[in-house]
Amino acid sequence: MQSFDYEAPQGISEVIQLLAGKNGGARILAGGTDLLVQLREGRRNARLVIDVKNIPELTQITFDPKNGLRIGAATSCSQICSDPNVSEHFPGLVDAIHLIGGVQIQNRASVGGNLCNASPAADAIPALIVHEAVCHITGLNGTRTLPVEEFCVAPGKNALESGEFLTSISIPTTKERFGAGYLRFIPRNEMDIAVVGAGASVVLDSDRKRFVSARIALGAVAPTPLLASDAGAFLAGKAVTRENVKEAARMAQAVAKPITDLRGTAEHRKHLCAVLVERALDKAIERAGGHYAE
Amino acid sequence: MATLEKPNQYKVIGTSPLRHDGVDKVTGRAAFGADIRLPGMLYGAVLRSPHAHAKILSIDTSEVEKLHGVHAVVTAKDLPDLESRVVELGEGVINRKYQSNNVLARDKVLYFGHAVAAVAATSLHVAKEALDLIRVEYEVLSPVLDVRKAMETGSPILLEDLRTDEFGKKGETRTNIAGHYKDACGDVEKGFREAKFIVEREFVTKMVHQGYIEPQNATAQYNPDGQITIWCSTQGSFGVREQVAEILEVPVSDIRVIPMEIGGGFGGKIGVYLEPLAVLLSRKSGYRPVKLTMDRSEVLAATGPTSGSYIKIKMGADANGRITAAEALLVYEAGAYPGSPVGAGMGVILAPYRIENGVVEGYDVVVNKPRTAAYRAPGGTNAAFAAETVIDELAERLGLDPIEFRLLNASKEGDRRVNGSAHKRIGFVETLQAAKESAHYQAPLTGPRTGRGVASGYWGNYGGKSSASASVNEDGTVSLLEGSVDIGGTRTSLAMQLAETLGIPAEDVRPVVADTDSIGYTEGTYGSRTTFATGWAVYETAKGLIEKLKERAAILWEVEKDKVNFENGVFFSSEEKLTFKELAEKLDETGGPVVASAAVQPKGYGPGFATHIVDVEVDPETGKVDILRYTAVQDVGKAIYPAYVESQIQGGVAQGIGWGLNEEYLYDEQGRLLNASWLDYRMPVALDLPMIDTILIEVANPGHPYGARGVGEVPIVPPPAAIANAIHNAIGVRLTELPMSPARVVDGLK
Ligand SMILES: Cc1cc2nc3c(=O)[nH]c(=O)nc-3n(C[C@H](O)[C@H](O)[C@H](O)COP(=O)(O)OP(=O)(O)OC[C@H]3O[C@@H](n4cnc5c(N)ncnc54)[C@H](O)[C@@H]3O)c2cc1C
Repeated sequence: MQSFDYEAPQGISEVIQLLAGKNGGARILAGGTDLLVQLREGRRNARLVIDVKNIPELTQITFDPKNGLRIGAATSCSQICSDPNVSEHFPGLVDAIHLIGGVQIQNRASVGGNLCNASPAADAIPALIVHEAVCHITGLNGTRTLPVEEFCVAPGKNALESGEFLTSISIPTTKERFGAGYLRFIPRNEMDIAVVGAGASVVLDSDRKRFVSARIALGAVAPTPLLASDAGAFLAGKAVTRENVKEAARMAQAVAKPITDLRGTAEHRKHLCAVLVERALDKAIERAGGHYAE
Repeated sequence: MATLEKPNQYKVIGTSPLRHDGVDKVTGRAAFGADIRLPGMLYGAVLRSPHAHAKILSIDTSEVEKLHGVHAVVTAKDLPDLESRVVELGEGVINRKYQSNNVLARDKVLYFGHAVAAVAATSLHVAKEALDLIRVEYEVLSPVLDVRKAMETGSPILLEDLRTDEFGKKGETRTNIAGHYKDACGDVEKGFREAKFIVEREFVTKMVHQGYIEPQNATAQYNPDGQITIWCSTQGSFGVREQVAEILEVPVSDIRVIPMEIGGGFGGKIGVYLEPLAVLLSRKSGYRPVKLTMDRSEVLAATGPTSGSYIKIKMGADANGRITAAEALLVYEAGAYPGSPVGAGMGVILAPYRIENGVVEGYDVVVNKPRTAAYRAPGGTNAAFAAETVIDELAERLGLDPIEFRLLNASKEGDRRVNGSAHKRIGFVETLQAAKESAHYQAPLTGPRTGRGVASGYWGNYGGKSSASASVNEDGTVSLLEGSVDIGGTRTSLAMQLAETLGIPAEDVRPVVADTDSIGYTEGTYGSRTTFATGWAVYETAKGLIEKLKERAAILWEVEKDKVNFENGVFFSSEEKLTFKELAEKLDETGGPVVASAAVQPKGYGPGFATHIVDVEVDPETGKVDILRYTAVQDVGKAIYPAYVESQIQGGVAQGIGWGLNEEYLYDEQGRLLNASWLDYRMPVALDLPMIDTILIEVANPGHPYGARGVGEVPIVPPPAAIANAIHNAIGVRLTELPMSPARVVDGLK
């Protein structure tokens, strides 16, 4: 491992200064559960590591029914999962965040880190996508926002420009009769990286028998987490039937472009897409209070 | 745990005293190899090959030597260039030249992770940085990764000097086939003619690792007078002494090996990797102690996994359910150098059954993967996976319950195996009967997509050389020195045998694992031999103490020695009596200290048989298999410490489940290992396993004073086959490739 400098600033403006000063040689440290492993294995390099966990805005969770949820980028998974507002209003998000590593990892790892690391298999990202989450980004040129589905651009690469960093993630208040779910397939019962991950969210009509809208997202089946927009759009206005759900799952499967690697074969991954999307939709429909027509 | 009802005729054996090393282990005070810290100690690191197969054109270490903090660099040039010579090494054989080349590659690297050079520096950080400064020029060659392709003529050759050992004769051409072996009995063609049903199938299994929790480590001090001390994690301290002496061409008497506590071995810590490097680095750094430890990826990439294999097996049975003939071909990956456990696999594959007409053929083949090492019943699991799947299918064709079919053909005392040897008193039938009557087998299977499978297994076990010595303390306790490294609780199981023989409580024995200068020669802890063979040494030692104590009693009582008797811990004559403890207090008045020792090489080891039952649930959509219930029935001879015996069985089953479901070495086309981490080498975790129930059958081994048989290895033999049979029962698909990962299950369903 190469030696590096370490800074732990108290404010956002200092981070901007530090990033600008190193001209790309600096890396943000949140929980470090990706970064430290990568530095040690020589997969990433850093001349300066900037720990952002001392910045209050980056480790806060706020919620109000009007503006929705805002999660500081460095907030730990365990803090998020134990937040009463998150568990009450966003159980589909908890599904995903709760899967990231074991207890020790959960106490360090952040959702911002999960997102910025831009792994195709990151568990939180498909769940964030189906919740229409938005990234809040800050840099020398001020702040900007970006939908989560546009944040990852390639394996390990995100849309941040040099000198920018992620400050928080926001999620709009959920509509009535909204439900979401995330699940992943791993060969063991814990301690693994998703072979395929699938998130789904639905909004049902007042009878809870039709979809008003739906969003479906997949992980580990393309260079970036994938929003299967056609599959979601297909469900809008359709009745809640097994047939429609299966068709949406097939459509999502069709846009998946998995590869074969150490964690799974392309063929098995493709097969799993349909299985998992259907199961994720089942979960979402159940949470929205819906049920299948006979 | 259930033990078939039988009153325990012993006072200590069969009970569960507190383990002697328990407090050290649970408080974290037990000292493992990585805990060693010596004054002036340097830290070593090993440079490893990024290629699976390449010629080493040059190694330039000049830049490293300039780096501040580096004290020594070694390459194969620092090792003696050894001639080929084959020697025995616990549970296998090895050629010293190849072992030297495995420790540090000389002309060629033969697998991804093959050690090429090592450095010693003032810190691990500097040592690792130094590795980046070593310039190695390679000429990359095509890797040979598939065992059957390696056998084809025209395949790239790994070892220029390798010739096939063909039924004991050396071949003449360059080859990757190190050995070709064959056992046969009866008339196979005739046997198959008599068969009503014949099942023939091919099986493929992948390389898997032992997965011990503690990585390899070694610390060495080379003194200016040539005396060497090594602290390490090993299954056998004398084996380390021998190997280091051979590789470095120094006398064994110059080496003292101090075995530290060991965090698992399973056969993988018999051969040396780091020890010779630590010694060389210590010598070259001006006699400073040097410590080397592997990280997990080094352990997985470069230390002994066990063979992947290709197995073809054909079996026939007549209308009465009698097996009429069997034919098996086993082709095992040796890894980079010869020495796969194919011979042991050949011994296991048909052993549980009476086979009048049989042929078993085996090949030992080198491929560009790490040199395999022993792994718990080496070669047995692959073999049983093939045979027990075919047995299950034959039972199905015959319309017989799989246990009934096995009972019809089960080997008993006197039955001959295909290699001609006759079984001694064995308890296979007893395991089958107990399995049949078990609560598990009697319980109905519930739930959709569930299935039940049965499989049996055999392991020969081993005896070997062991020593022990004991001294009586004035407070009536006994200090016991023994040379067997304690992996599975053998300090206690040995102390118990001493205590039983002396008629004292187990707590009154203080067992200590001694180093190579402090105890007589003792083979390693392998082959399920320690409780049996070192048990014999301890038993003989106790007998020796009793004889000497009788002499002391005779002096006290002024009688002839033969007038002194001993029973249940009491010395007595017609008039007098003294307990062991009382007599111990009187040693000073009768001639001073009493010690005894024994060295043994007992041959009466008895094989172990096991029958396992498993229930699984298969998710046909994802292909995931969950283990719902597991019962392992085993003939253990005599359970000296029943809770340890049960843990051995549970551990073996857990490893067998991993091997069956998800564990495998994944290589890319260039032969680079892709999953050298716990994250991606998918061993089972706690949530993957149910409680593993055990039923201990005690068919005493007549070759041991307390009836003990080895128990540690046979439990890993049946699991993959039992699971395969359960999957078939659940979804109607016969899987013939390990691991039976979700993708393979889904493929099977297509
Ligand atoms: C044992 C183990 C198990 C794991 N299991 C899972 C799992 O099941 N599922 C899963 O998805 N992941 C898993 N991970 C990966 C990892 O824990 C997660 O991706 C985690 O969410 C990363 O968060 P972090 O805070 O630790 O990120 P860090 O390591 O601190 O950062 C990750 C990357 O993002 C950058 N970064 C972090 N914060 C910011 C920011 N605010 N602005 C700009 N860049 C930033 C860093 O520079 C770095 O490149 C596992 C890791 C380990 C070690």
